[in-house]
Amino acid sequence: MNAETTMCNDIAPLHFDQVRFEHRGHRLLMPTSVSFSGCRRTLIMGPNGAGKSLLMRLAHGLLRPSGGRIHWQGTPPVQAMVFQRPVLLRRSALDNLTYVLAVHRVPRALRKARALDALERFGLAALAKRPARVLSGGEQQRLALARAWLLNPSVLFLDEPTSALDPAAIKAVEDAVNAFHQQGTRIIMATHDLHQARRLADDVLFMYSGQVLEHSPAEHFFKAPQSPEADAFIRGELVW
Amino acid sequence: MAASDNPFYTALTMIMSMDQRLFDIVTLSLQVSLIAVLVASLLALPLGAALALWRFPGRNIVIVMLNALMGLPPVVAGLCVYLLLSRAGPLGHWGLLFTPSAMVVAQVILVLPIIAALTRQQVESLHQEYAEQLHSLGLSPLRMIPTLLWDARFGLLTVVLAGFGRASAEVGAVMIVGGNIDGVTRVMTTSIVLETSKGNLPLALGLGIILLSLVTLINALAHVVSEMAKRRLG
Amino acid sequence: MQKMTTMITAGLVSLSWSASLLAEDDFITLASTTSTENSGLFDAIIPTFTDATGIDVRVVAVGTGQAFEIARRGDADSLLVHDTAGEEQFVADGYATERQDVMYNDFVLVGPSDDPAGIRDSESAAEAFALIAESESPFASRGDDSGTNRAELRMWEDAGVTAHGEWYRELGSGMGQTLNTAAGMNAYTFTDRATWVAFENPQDLTLLFEGDEALFNQYGSLLLSTENNPHLKQDLANEWHKWLLSEEGQQAIADFEVNGQQLFFPNAK
Repeated sequence: MNAETTMCNDIAPLHFDQVRFEHRGHRLLMPTSVSFSGCRRTLIMGPNGAGKSLLMRLAHGLLRPSGGRIHWQGTPPVQAMVFQRPVLLRRSALDNLTYVLAVHRVPRALRKARALDALERFGLAALAKRPARVLSGGEQQRLALARAWLLNPSVLFLDEPTSALDPAAIKAVEDAVNAFHQQGTRIIMATHDLHQARRLADDVLFMYSGQVLEHSPAEHFFKAPQSPEADAFIRGELVW
Repeated sequence: MAASDNPFYTALTMIMSMDQRLFDIVTLSLQVSLIAVLVASLLALPLGAALALWRFPGRNIVIVMLNALMGLPPVVAGLCVYLLLSRAGPLGHWGLLFTPSAMVVAQVILVLPIIAALTRQQVESLHQEYAEQLHSLGLSPLRMIPTLLWDARFGLLTVVLAGFGRASAEVGAVMIVGGNIDGVTRVMTTSIVLETSKGNLPLALGLGIILLSLVTLINALAHVVSEMAKRRLG
Repeated sequence: MQKMTTMITAGLVSLSWSASLLAEDDFITLASTTSTENSGLFDAIIPTFTDATGIDVRVVAVGTGQAFEIARRGDADSLLVHDTAGEEQFVADGYATERQDVMYNDFVLVGPSDDPAGIRDSESAAEAFALIAESESPFASRGDDSGTNRAELRMWEDAGVTAHGEWYRELGSGMGQTLNTAAGMNAYTFTDRATWVAFENPQDLTLLFEGDEALFNQYGSLLLSTENNPHLKQDLANEWHKWLLSEEGQQAIADFEVNGQQLFFPNAK
C-alpha cells in the first residue's frame, strides 16, 4: 500500500491538546493529547465505557470539549461518520442517498446517477427502491457507508460499525473500510473486536477508563503492549 | 319508544333522504374545519419543529404557554376573534364577522397550539435519535426542520388529526363568530345546539351521530393510509 | 416537496372559496332573539321577503341584551327584539333612528303538572309569581339579560317579592336550553308562547298560567343609525323594516302557525 503515503499527505493532521470532557460533574475524558495524521487506519480500542465513542465525537466535532483544544493543522478536511446503529431516513435506500447529495448542493440532474453508482459499489443496487428502514442490519450499515462514500470524505470516522452484525456483514463492512482507505481516506475507527483490529489496524490507540494509555503502530501494540490493561485486553481478560 | 324518537333512526333517515340542507351543513362543517387545520398545520408544524431544535432564553416559558393554550376554552377564542373582527374592532373593516372565514380564523387559533405543542414533542424525540447523524451529514438546523417533519410524518398525522378533532367538535367559538346563520354559517355543532334548545333531542342526537361518524370515517381513512405507508417504509 | 406544493395550493383555493362567500352583497344581517328563531318564524317569513325584494336576511339569533350589543358595535344591519323599554333607550342613545311595533305574542308560566305552588287558578300574573316565591317552588330563570329575562324580572317586581334563594335558579341560558333544564328539574319557568309551543321536550311541564295583560310580549323592529357605523346597509335594512310593517309582511307573520296555532300577532300601526 504505497498509495497511502503519497495520496494522503495533504490531509490536515488533527491534534488533541490536553482535551478533556465532563458531563454533569463526571469526568469522562482525562486530559488527552493525541494526533491523527497521514492516511493510516487508526483503530481505537478498549473495553466498553473507555471513552472511544467520546473521543471520536470530539474529533468529528459533534461534541465540544470541556477543556483543551482540538484543531486541524490546516484546512479542516471533508469528514463523514458511520455510527454503531445507522440512522437512516424514512424513505427508500436511493432517496437516502440523493438526499445527502441535495444537502450538499449537487445539481439535481447528477444526483440519481451518483446515488445509483454508490449503491452498485456497495452491493445494494437491487435494493434501491426498498425503504431503508426495512433493510437488514448489514444492508443498513452498507447503505450508511454508501452515504458516507458520496460525501467523498478525506477522513472517515466509524464507531463500532460491526458490533451488531453477522460475520458476512462484518466482512462487507471491513471491505468497504479498505475501499475507502484505498481511495485515500484516513480511517479512524472504534472497535472492541480484537480480530477486527488485527485485520485492519495500521496503528492502535488504546483507551481505558477515559484515558489514552497507548498509541502505537499495530505490530508493536499486539506484540508488546505497554500497559498492563492493554496486555489484559489482548489476552481477552478485559473485554467489558 | 317510537321510531321517530330514536336518534339512530333519525340519523339514518336524514342520511338516506340525502337532505340538501343537511348536506350543505355537513359540507360547510368539513370545509371550515379542514381549512382551519390546514392553515394551522402550515404554521404550527414548522413552528413546533423550530421550537424543538432552537434553544433560546425563555424557550421553556414559550413551551409552557403553548401547552397551556391547548386548553384554551373555545368561547374565549371565539370572543377574542369576535372583538377583533367586529366592526368596532381593529379588523372590522374586513367585514369578516358572521362569515365562514371568521370561523376558520377562530378554529385556527384553537388548533394551532395543539399542533405546535405536540409537534414540538414528536420532533424533539426524533431529533434525539437523528441529531448526531444529521449534524455529521452537515445539515444546518434550518435544513433539519423539513427533514425531521417528514420523518416524523406518521406521528404528526395523529397530531394533525387531534387538531381536526378539536376543530370539528368545538361549538363555542364558531357560534360566537359565525352567528349560526342558517345557510351561511350553520355547521354541525351549532345545529346540534340549536336543535337541543328547540327540545328536538332525537334530531340533535341524530346530527351528533352523523358528525361522529364523519370524524370516525376521516380518522379511519388516515389510519389506514398511514398504516399502509408505515408497513411499507418501516 | 411537490406534494406539499399541491397541498398549499389546495388550501389557498379553498380559502378563496370561503372568501367568495363574502362577495355576495344582497343580504342584511339581522340580530334577533332566540324565541323568534327557535319557533321557526324566520324560516317562514324570510323566503317571502327575499322573493319580493331579492334581499337575503341572515339571522343571528341571540339574547336581546347581546343583540343590542351586536347592533351597537355595528355588526348587524337590522334589529328585531322584544324589550320595548330597552328599544326606546336604544333610539334615545342615537343607535337607532326609528322603532316600530311589529307583532306581539305573550309570555306564559309553565311548570310541573301537579302545580305544587298552586298557580293554576291565580287571578293575576303577579299573584302567580307571588305564590311561587311563597312556596319556594323551584323556578328556572333565563338569567341572561334577554328580553324574556327582563320581562320576568319586572314580574317579580310587580308581585312585590325578591326572587332569591335556593329555589330560584339563574341558568344564564337561551330560552330553549332553559326549558330543557326546567323540564329536567321539574321547575317552573317563564317563557314566550312561541318557543313553548314549538318546544318538543316538555316532559312533565305543562302550561299553568296565561292570559294576563301584563304578560303581553311586544316585538319591535329598529332602523339602525349609520352615524357611528357608516358601513351599515341601511337601504336594504330599510326595505326589510318597511316590509315587516307592510301589509304583506304583517300577513306573512299572521300566516305562520305551529301545530295549527298562530304564534305571533301582527300589530304594526
